[in-house]
Amino acid sequence: MKLESKVPSGPLADKWDKHIFDLKLINPANKRKYSVIVVGSGLAGASAAASLAELGYNVSCFCYQDSPRRAHSIAAQGGINAAKNYQNDGDSVYRLFYDTIKGGDFRSREANVYRLAQVSAAIIDQCVAQGVPFGREYGGLLANRSFGGAQVSRTFYARGQTGQQLLLGAYSALSRQIGLGTVKMYNRSEMLDLVVVDGHAKGIVVRDMISGKISSYAADAVILATGGYANVFYLSTNAKGCNVTAIYRAHKKGALFANPCYTQIHPTCIPVTGDYQSKLTLMSESLRNDGRIWVPKTKGDKRNPNSIPENERDYYLERKYPAYGNLAPRDISSRSAKEACDAGYGVGETGKGVYLDFTDAFNRVGKAVIAERYGNLFEMYERITGEDPYSVPMRIYPAPHYTMGGLWVDYNLMSNVPGLHVLGEANFSDHGANRLGASALMQGLADGYFVIPYTIGDYLANHGKVKVNTDHAEFRKAEAEAVDRTKKMLSIKGKRSVDSIHKELGHVMWEYCGMGRNEAGLKTALKRIPEIRDEFWKNVTVLGSGEEINHSLEKAGRLADFLEFAELMCTDALNRNESCGGHFREEYQTPEGEAQRNDQDYCFVSCWEYKGPGAAPELHKEPLTFESIHLAQRSYK
Amino acid sequence: MKLTLHVWRQKSRDDKGRLEIIEANNVSTHMSFLEMLDVVNEDLIAKGIDPIHFDHDCREGICGMCSMVINGVAHGHQKGTTVCQLHMRYFNDGDHIFIEPWRAKAFPILKDLVVDRSALDRIMRAGGFISVRTGGAPDGNAIPIPKDDAEKSMDAAACIGCGACVAACPNASAMLFVAAKVSQFAYLPQGRVEREKRVSAMVAQMDAEGFGSCTNHYECEAVCPKEIPASMIAKMNREYCRALKKETCGESAKSWAGA
Repeated sequence: MKLESKVPSGPLADKWDKHIFDLKLINPANKRKYSVIVVGSGLAGASAAASLAELGYNVSCFCYQDSPRRAHSIAAQGGINAAKNYQNDGDSVYRLFYDTIKGGDFRSREANVYRLAQVSAAIIDQCVAQGVPFGREYGGLLANRSFGGAQVSRTFYARGQTGQQLLLGAYSALSRQIGLGTVKMYNRSEMLDLVVVDGHAKGIVVRDMISGKISSYAADAVILATGGYANVFYLSTNAKGCNVTAIYRAHKKGALFANPCYTQIHPTCIPVTGDYQSKLTLMSESLRNDGRIWVPKTKGDKRNPNSIPENERDYYLERKYPAYGNLAPRDISSRSAKEACDAGYGVGETGKGVYLDFTDAFNRVGKAVIAERYGNLFEMYERITGEDPYSVPMRIYPAPHYTMGGLWVDYNLMSNVPGLHVLGEANFSDHGANRLGASALMQGLADGYFVIPYTIGDYLANHGKVKVNTDHAEFRKAEAEAVDRTKKMLSIKGKRSVDSIHKELGHVMWEYCGMGRNEAGLKTALKRIPEIRDEFWKNVTVLGSGEEINHSLEKAGRLADFLEFAELMCTDALNRNESCGGHFREEYQTPEGEAQRNDQDYCFVSCWEYKGPGAAPELHKEPLTFESIHLAQRSYK
Repeated sequence: MKLTLHVWRQKSRDDKGRLEIIEANNVSTHMSFLEMLDVVNEDLIAKGIDPIHFDHDCREGICGMCSMVINGVAHGHQKGTTVCQLHMRYFNDGDHIFIEPWRAKAFPILKDLVVDRSALDRIMRAGGFISVRTGGAPDGNAIPIPKDDAEKSMDAAACIGCGACVAACPNASAMLFVAAKVSQFAYLPQGRVEREKRVSAMVAQMDAEGFGSCTNHYECEAVCPKEIPASMIAKMNREYCRALKKETCGESAKSWAGA
């Protein structure tokens, strides 16, 4: 298989402009002859659906929540990056591009990242025009804050609810189009399969989550903006409903899955308290600006942290990374916490936690100032743990948070299946092996507002004239298969609940394919996953019927796909014999314990092709070539 | 601890529904309310009983999906807290807890605690937006906005659209929800262009959906997990009067479709 990235020729800074000019156009009166399906209503999906409808296309948009406003983009806290240089501190498109590609440990596609930085400024303008209440200075101009991995202040924010405000902006644009009749919205609808006709993506199979009815929808192109797969770990900061089904089903229909092993484990989350735990809660990265992270120097020290004297504490990040200290990047901070806990220094009932201590900051600037900066986060911590972080240090532990891997796409954000476009976290393209803070919101909106409206026209102008309807045999087949799968899950009537099996999978993934990975562990996981999958298909119990609201059935369908996808993720991790960004293979580290990249042998995107049930997936490689930057080892010492 | 739950069970929209008693054993004080229900559901599944259905998603208080009335209070008695962030340490061993769905004419019950809130989406479609299309927006700093106005706008924009205000109101009024959106835009220069048309259209849709009117009970403010003040409703009423005045002076808002 030949992978064509379709990156335009010419100087990096001119590629996108040149490409826009080279793309075919569809005249305004003809756009209404084309239909597009958008799956997902987060930042990428809602912005794409609204923008395409404004252009004149007939859009159908699907989400599993009861309203498009609830997609998980809403939970993003910190902010959105843009190369505005409003602070006069030397920011530029090139600097944002460079920081992003370096942060991703040089494993992303150069031209895509450059374009992302180029369109970043227009996103802020668009959101302001929509009425997003960004934080402002007293003079009335937009305020910025700093984020990890950058030396300039380029992050725009709306308190600690930036994702919410940006999503509500996109949702309002989408709502307007729904009101005008240009978008047909399907709430509480879950995509169960992709339909490919003569090699082109032509529609989807959907389950109405209220009536249970499984039916098909056809269109001239399909866009998946269905988010990431961090819930493969069971416990993550993702919403409970986030799942891999849409992109994994597309993978089974021929779409290549790129870099599935690149997952981000966020360092500052509230630790797990017990087996009943259903999800993990993130505390903003910004806390590390004033908090100091430490563990006791004695293993298993159960004393109250306030009575552990200074010389018996190990401020391990400050010790290991004196230059960056507590602001070391996410992947490095997370790994260090794990090392400390694995070695027996962890704190809290479970021993899986480290202290994030604000005592010094209280003494330096006073509790009132800290409360002003992080009051809402301190409150949230207390609400969840019942402990007062003003008097006892917080306990934190890393948690799965974001997935950089996703479906492979070309420069037009189209997968190798013609007509199937993939946006936002669901694709692989912009963050390499590690995403910087405040870049996920930027990418979602860049894809939806400013890339897909241009590139989809080119596909439709070339291929959109072949019309297919849902009577086609491929639709009938996909629908029948979805119905059968549902029936099968309902008929097993075993002894295990869906959640209990999902937890078992999560333990295996976290243990062997989490923050640290090694060959032996990954091989163990690859043995265990098929066993758990077997257990699922023999012993799961799903009560009720398919013709009603049935949450167990919904969860079972998602878990069935996670159980296959998990194997692909471990296979990818085992295949990548290097450490880069969030993928840390313990065999490949520098003498100081840092990630050791291998640019000689692994400077490529791993693209996996599905080869049928039980067959090993086939690896295709897209070489990563860098025209304008020099590959370097990251150092934060 | 052990709890006795009185849970609203209703098989479907057409079912009559009833409170059923379900015992919750092995409840840890560290659990969130929804995790307690997860554990109860695991027990029910093991016994072959259909689990309790409830809406939830982010479980960190921002998506607005979770929605239940606990002991008569929407989202429970903890101030400024969604039910997903309510923890069991605020309950005592042996407690009886009543768990019911949002109840309002405009929110039909779909199953157990799951209700249909699409009426709120339809209000948003009627006018909860600024009519700008993608592209062509002026520079973000082209129009300075006083910090205080931006902050007030953000106070209003914090609404998560959960519908607790409706569930708590004796009139099942959605005025706090509508007021939050109207106010968010009314505080910003970008939103003022269409202010009269927006408030007229949203209020008309709110009425059409079967929500009641505000008679100053302030129950909405008391339960709002984002603590949006009822003074927003006063702000909306001012906006509404302003729109009426313009309309009676000859500029009709009725032809506007947001196009």
